[in-house]
Amino acid sequence: MKKRILVGVIQLLIPFSPAYAGESMINTGDTAWMIVATAMVMLMTPAGLALFYGGMSRSKNLLNTFAMTFVSYCIGSLVWMLWGYSLAFGPDKAGIIGGLDHVLMRGIGVESVTGTIPTFLFVLFQMTFAGITVALVLGSIVDRMKFSSWIVFSILWVTFIYCPVAHWVWGGGWMAKMGALDFAGGNVVHINAGVAGLVLALVVGKRKGYGKEAMFPSSVTLTALGAALLWFGWFGFNAGSELAADGIAASAFMVTNTSAAVAALSWMFAEWFFRKKPTVLGLASGAVAGLVSITPAAGFVNLPASMIIGLVAGVFGYYSVSVLKHKLGYDDSLDAFGVHGMCGVWGALATGLFATPEINEVGKGLFYGNPGQLWIQIVSIIATALFTAIGTLVVLYLTRLLTNGLRVDSDEEVAGLDNAIHGERAFDLD
Amino acid sequence: MKKIEAIIKPFKLDDVKEALNEIGIQGMTIVEVKGYGRQKGHKEIYRGAEYVVDFIPKIKIEIVVDSKQVEKVTQVIMKAANTGKIGDGKIFVLPVEGAIRVRTGETGEDAI
Repeated sequence: MKKRILVGVIQLLIPFSPAYAGESMINTGDTAWMIVATAMVMLMTPAGLALFYGGMSRSKNLLNTFAMTFVSYCIGSLVWMLWGYSLAFGPDKAGIIGGLDHVLMRGIGVESVTGTIPTFLFVLFQMTFAGITVALVLGSIVDRMKFSSWIVFSILWVTFIYCPVAHWVWGGGWMAKMGALDFAGGNVVHINAGVAGLVLALVVGKRKGYGKEAMFPSSVTLTALGAALLWFGWFGFNAGSELAADGIAASAFMVTNTSAAVAALSWMFAEWFFRKKPTVLGLASGAVAGLVSITPAAGFVNLPASMIIGLVAGVFGYYSVSVLKHKLGYDDSLDAFGVHGMCGVWGALATGLFATPEINEVGKGLFYGNPGQLWIQIVSIIATALFTAIGTLVVLYLTRLLTNGLRVDSDEEVAGLDNAIHGERAFDLD
Repeated sequence: MKKIEAIIKPFKLDDVKEALNEIGIQGMTIVEVKGYGRQKGHKEIYRGAEYVVDFIPKIKIEIVVDSKQVEKVTQVIMKAANTGKIGDGKIFVLPVEGAIRVRTGETGEDAI
């Protein structure tokens, strides 16, 4: 019996022969670009997002926010290579999931090709998306979640929530078959993470003193730096989603920057008008809102459309976090739902409006004579939101069971998680 | 011996220090403090969350002097720290029971 198990384990560890011998379809230009794009997207999580979120956290919790973000990337990396890629991109089963054929990269070798790039590279590019998506979720519940709970949650969430949605949209699942357009992750990343964040915020509850105590960001400087790194990395995120170094990638690059810039300005002007002061936090947030909104549309829309998308994103994002959130009273601390969820929805809808065959033959939106696309987008948005809401709730309850509670105790929350959980200090300013 | 505690606006510290040096006061201790009186605080906004910051940063200068010098020292501080605007600060005079120089063990007026 022991010998059987040993042999079985060894078989699991040795991938057997790669899929294709013969002519290599690898394009070196595409491959070089995609290696760079993958590295750029990687930077977005432990650097860009960690700083963006960390700077907005209170000083006593800055390191904890950083830790949760950093560890999310590490967990995403591991889970993806173990079974995540397989679930998302394995051979389709009933339009729902990819199955376990490629667990631990079984069946994939050095010679394997996906499109015009090595399969390993495709796997890694997609992995960086899984990592950042789960990291985005934590924005809603900073300052109060147990670290152990977050670790367990991330493993389960990537597996059971991220991978299915990725499969539906990009892995040949039912949304892809339905014709939903999501170039770089409006559904898979932003709506998914945003709605999940809201669920966490509602279940874990508000921070102690929310609405009464002042909760100053530790450093708007760090947040602005983080936003700039995210912007840079997002070129890899959006332009890289073309999976090739071609005209569509360049177009995606162009509209991504434009949307971000316009949204940063429109958020800034909205804030200047309503609050009398243009804040740096507003500039940084606006840029991110613009980047979120252009994400599903990047490879489908033209320049003028990207300006409209950015303009609306900035104002809508500003409204969501500065007005709507306070009216509705939930503590989505760093606005994962307000920015990623809401602007993700706008982006997905905008894709249904502005997708033009002049940029990408795959997409035709309402303004180009295809009103049906908008309906498809709406269905995909609602389906993602519902699945994520319910699924995240289940995963959260399971996590609570496994880690005996999700929230740190009151004393720890007041003392600060950097000290209570990590035994560290973010700054030594004396 | 008396202790003089002067709460002043932080940017006035250099002026006060030089003015005191000029009349022969060669040492002092300063503390970074926060406070408010008639000077109002300011508002900060973070994504629509508005916070009123009541406490304003100030500097407290502490010096121990001979009782005969109190009048002169307080006048000098007041003149150097004055801007004519609300929030200039306050000066308090307190009695001191004793003083010791750590290096030599000298006590009383020899210690200050």
